Amino acid sequence: MNLVSYEDALASYDPVMGLEVHVELGTKTKMFCGCSTELGAEPNSQTCPTCLGLPGSLPVVNAIGVESAVKIGLALNCEIAEWCRFARKNYFYPDMPKNFQTSQYDEPIAFNGYLDVQLEDGSTFRVEIERAHMEEDTGKSSHVGGATGRIHGATHSLLDYNRAGIPLIEIVTKPIVGAGERAPEVAKAYVAELRELIKALGVSEARMDKGQMRCDVNLSLRPNGTETFGTRSETKNVNSLRSVERAARFEIQRHATVLTDGGTIVQETRHFHEEDGSTTSGRIKDNAEDYRYFPEPDLVPIAPARAWVEELRAGLPELPRVRRARLQAEWGLSDKDMQSVLNAGAVEPILETIAAGAPADQARKWWMGELARRANETGTELSEQPITPAQVARVTALVAEGKLNDKLARQVIEAVLAGEGEPDEVVEKRGLAVVSDDSALGAAVDQAIADNEAIAAKIRDGKVAAVGALVGAVMKATRGQADAARVKDLILERLGVEGQ
Amino acid sequence: MTELIRYTAAETASAIAKGEVSAVEVAQAHLDRIDAVDKKVNAFLHVDTEGALKAARAVDEKRAKGEELGPLAGVPLALKDVFTTEGIPTTCGSKILEGWIPPYDATLTSRLKDAGVVILGKTNMDEFAMGSSTENSAYGPTGNPWDLSRIPGGSGGGSAAALAAFEAPLAIGTDTGGSIRQPGAVTGTVGVKPTYGSVSRYGLVAFSSSLDQGGPCARTVLDAALLHEAIAGHDPLDSTSIDAPVPAVVEAAKLRDVRGMRIGVVKEFAGEGYQTGVMQRFNESVELLRELGAEVVEVSCPSFTLALPAYYLIAPSECSSNLARFDAMRYGLRVGDDGSRSAEEVTALTREAGFGDEVKRRIILGTYALSSGYYDAYYGSAQKVRTLISRDFDAAFAGVDVLVSPTTPTTAFPIGERADDPMAMYLADLCTIPSNLAGNAAMSLPVGLAPEDNLPVGLQIIAPAMADDRLYRVGGAVEAALNDKWGHTLLEEAPAL
Ligand SMILES: [Zn+2]
Repeated sequence: MNLVSYEDALASYDPVMGLEVHVELGTKTKMFCGCSTELGAEPNSQTCPTCLGLPGSLPVVNAIGVESAVKIGLALNCEIAEWCRFARKNYFYPDMPKNFQTSQYDEPIAFNGYLDVQLEDGSTFRVEIERAHMEEDTGKSSHVGGATGRIHGATHSLLDYNRAGIPLIEIVTKPIVGAGERAPEVAKAYVAELRELIKALGVSEARMDKGQMRCDVNLSLRPNGTETFGTRSETKNVNSLRSVERAARFEIQRHATVLTDGGTIVQETRHFHEEDGSTTSGRIKDNAEDYRYFPEPDLVPIAPARAWVEELRAGLPELPRVRRARLQAEWGLSDKDMQSVLNAGAVEPILETIAAGAPADQARKWWMGELARRANETGTELSEQPITPAQVARVTALVAEGKLNDKLARQVIEAVLAGEGEPDEVVEKRGLAVVSDDSALGAAVDQAIADNEAIAAKIRDGKVAAVGALVGAVMKATRGQADAARVKDLILERLGVEGQ
Repeated sequence: MTELIRYTAAETASAIAKGEVSAVEVAQAHLDRIDAVDKKVNAFLHVDTEGALKAARAVDEKRAKGEELGPLAGVPLALKDVFTTEGIPTTCGSKILEGWIPPYDATLTSRLKDAGVVILGKTNMDEFAMGSSTENSAYGPTGNPWDLSRIPGGSGGGSAAALAAFEAPLAIGTDTGGSIRQPGAVTGTVGVKPTYGSVSRYGLVAFSSSLDQGGPCARTVLDAALLHEAIAGHDPLDSTSIDAPVPAVVEAAKLRDVRGMRIGVVKEFAGEGYQTGVMQRFNESVELLRELGAEVVEVSCPSFTLALPAYYLIAPSECSSNLARFDAMRYGLRVGDDGSRSAEEVTALTREAGFGDEVKRRIILGTYALSSGYYDAYYGSAQKVRTLISRDFDAAFAGVDVLVSPTTPTTAFPIGERADDPMAMYLADLCTIPSNLAGNAAMSLPVGLAPEDNLPVGLQIIAPAMADDRLYRVGGAVEAALNDKWGHTLLEEAPAL
């Protein structure tokens, strides 16, 4: 299918988005039983009658799960229900032990909120929140024997119920309208901001790569200037920030292509493909799909006491927006520079590098320079680079100690990225240490002065700026392994000129 | 030794505690009785001879060591096959759970074990507790010991029949719409549905979660009270379990004094469909209460006429969701898994073969009632009726201490008579359903035989939630007065098996 270009799509249509994000809470135990939530255990080793849905078993609500949900609701500026219930969402799937999911339906614990997100140009976009509700995760199916790993073509399926019953918070936005061509950017910025928020609250690590945070992108188009929403598609489990943006972008183009051809959009779920950023058809969601929700009779209603809610509100940690403003002030950055740091995803790496002992400006210099460039070139996240903040901090320390100069430091960073080991090992192995022995340097300086008498004379006459040429000659002679500042001092000393 | 099986639970426990008889002797006497009569009665689906004797030995050893025994230590009990029992089959009367051995004990099961009660085995029931005759069991009907061609009530017909056949002095039932009380009434035994939330449902295989309530079955009011105390009380594993002290039911059962109590006769539970002999014995009971010093008034609960239709929306709705887990994936029956079929096909074939007609009927009914577009009209309306019924109870209990009615409109009907007429079958629970919808406490106790068929008639007593002790106070007084009048208990009139 030849897609209409993004620009052409936006010239005719206005995108309307809805984002549904599932966050796995970091509670020690599951939502309705005492089983561990630890990842990576032997399949089905973290199960009990309740999370296996054995006949006769009953759920008991995890109080920390409720507390986490209220915290998320408060941080999203939501109202917290004075009284709410769980509901059963009835549908059949082998990875759901009871064949219903204990969730919330028309009585969510938190509703009517908003989250302000910052876009790359520094402007703010308000995403309105419909609701945040509690539910349980399903087990995990793996389909074996087929080529694709999907159920189609598989010879059999394996079920792991360790994940069944892990607490989830589902956060649903109201329809996001008015973002126009920036819709994909808004989607990415929203998920990014939400992730920061969840992490700041300490309720989940919100690692998208580990499935702790999963995003569904619902999208529809309407002709520019019209009000009625079009038919939407639901792209499921888009599991990185970049993918969220790409999925929204692809769906805008795909919808526009179908609509421009005079076709109609089918209400369906779609799968996102990381390889080429496309989506393909999943399950048709016609109106016959009916979850037969009803209040969960095995659980009593939850009525969060107002005093407790206020206590939680008062105890909320510094939220990402506030924190960003504080860091900007602390680091003395302009709005534009701070925005670049944010866009590069460099806040956490910089902070961790500072925490490992580096000066703020040095930490920022490395992450925003060399490393950001590399992330950009390889299309990866800054935090995914194969170098740790501690390693970056060590390089800055070597520079501060005069053991490396800027140029050598760059080489050390590259070597660490290439997997050659710790910074000190690289310096050792490659023999990159600055030539700091003054007698060896002195010889090189004397040689440079001798070779460039005319320049030396100018410097003696007071044209100190000309010293650069001599420094260059010394650096060349020492293959860059000298400390340029020290070289300059030595030259000026030899020529009897006071440094400026 | 035959006499041992005629002991009450209280007498049995006392004889064991005094060393007059060993728990093993008591258990063996009951196992022998089961061996002798259960082929005819079919009260048990599974007899755990080994487990029962082991539990009895443990009680005897405890006694030998001089350790203190609980009030029911060594007393045999028949457990409805709807509570999970670790290592012992639990079928719920259904083919779909054939061969399933639960890996865990229900809270009720462990409480019984902790109390030193000797569990003889698991009793027959209507499949998943859906029915009023035990004819819906996948393992054949149970006979009523008063007349083996008649139903023993349901769904807990096996438990009630085991008591009436002297196969056990105690039994456990569950009551979702009358499944403890109606079998009690038609077998001449005592059955109590405690306040909803007072006996843990953890390990009770759910039919209708908001209505299901486990409770005691016995041959005397005092025995029921002793069992009630052993099984009731807060359980952190059941979120709907009430965290409050259990009312003093044993004390109330011994009081035998109703002077000054106000008793309300529910006007709506009379008239067409009520058997003459049932109403006769009921009216005599009311007169007896008056003679014993209670004040009797007539009360009206107009919403009760809506209870049956509301129940048949709420219970099937919940069951349609509760029974969804029986999909052949993890336990129980699996049909058609020959490698050529999808999971969906195997599930469909298993459910087709594993569920009986009544279960399928209710799953379909409930699925329909919860469907979008119908939810408000059916499930939603039924919940409103539920509220109205609770209000009727509240209004009534503002003026009286307990309500009374016949437990069931008729005596035991012949096996097969209503099997093809679900509506007629549903009417058996007409008087018992309102208490399930409201979540309060109710008891049925025998008050004589209907003259026209010489079959037992039950008196229903209803008390407000968490006032279960009033049931025992009234029931204990009525039972004592009737036994005095007859010179023996009603069950002694039952024909020999
Ligand atoms: Zn579990």
